[in-house]
Amino acid sequence: MNAEAFAKKTGFKTVCIPSPDKEVEGVYIGDLLSWVMGKAEQGNVWITIMSNINTVAVATLADTSCILLAEGVMPDENALEAAKTKGVNILSTPLSAYEAAMKISELLR
Amino acid sequence: MSDNLVFRFDVQGNDFTSAGQASVQVKKNLRQLGLDADTIRRVSIAMYEGEINMVIHAGGGVAEVIVSEDYIEIILEDRGPGIKDIDQAMQAGYSTATETIRSLGFGAGMGLPNMKKNTDSMEITSTIDVGTRIVMRVML
Repeated sequence: MNAEAFAKKTGFKTVCIPSPDKEVEGVYIGDLLSWVMGKAEQGNVWITIMSNINTVAVATLADTSCILLAEGVMPDENALEAAKTKGVNILSTPLSAYEAAMKISELLR
Repeated sequence: MSDNLVFRFDVQGNDFTSAGQASVQVKKNLRQLGLDADTIRRVSIAMYEGEINMVIHAGGGVAEVIVSEDYIEIILEDRGPGIKDIDQAMQAGYSTATETIRSLGFGAGMGLPNMKKNTDSMEITSTIDVGTRIVMRVML
């Protein structure tokens, strides 16, 4: 499933989706950037509450399919701008990381 | 050897808005060279961690990426405070980052371990009050 279809099916809010064709595979949850860098796999949906510009850089380098901001978090202006230019998809949801992961798990099963 | 491609970047210290730019640029360059995705990912991750370390701890530095026929070499050089105990710094979870830095999501103590994990060789030379030089290689 690609990122665009994923956003539609989950109903997560699309903040920006400059790379709609990225394939979604699995989930990684974490807020410590180096931890994510070391553990997230290519194509993962990365669920986090960390929404600054560095989050976008990590998503770019770790090849995650999208950043999913939990707990209703929204990116700041810098981060949003960087995401658009670097082709990083950002979604947002009022759900907690756990609830969001449950929902994704049902969909990807 | 004369065919080696060299990319060189100045990394600004304490600038967290542009931190990671050199790594993102390297990733773009390597993609254009048509290298395989896994190699690009490993180089990018190792480079990013090193770049962030220079931003956080060393007041910036210079990053050089050399692409040869057999390997990609990443050389990071700074004139920061140096690393007191390299073995300790290599331990996963050990960090000297401040609370402010941690609030940005850094300082997990995973930087150096991630660099080691994603490269085939890594050498650290560090002298207190003089600086640190790290040479990493990813074999092609």
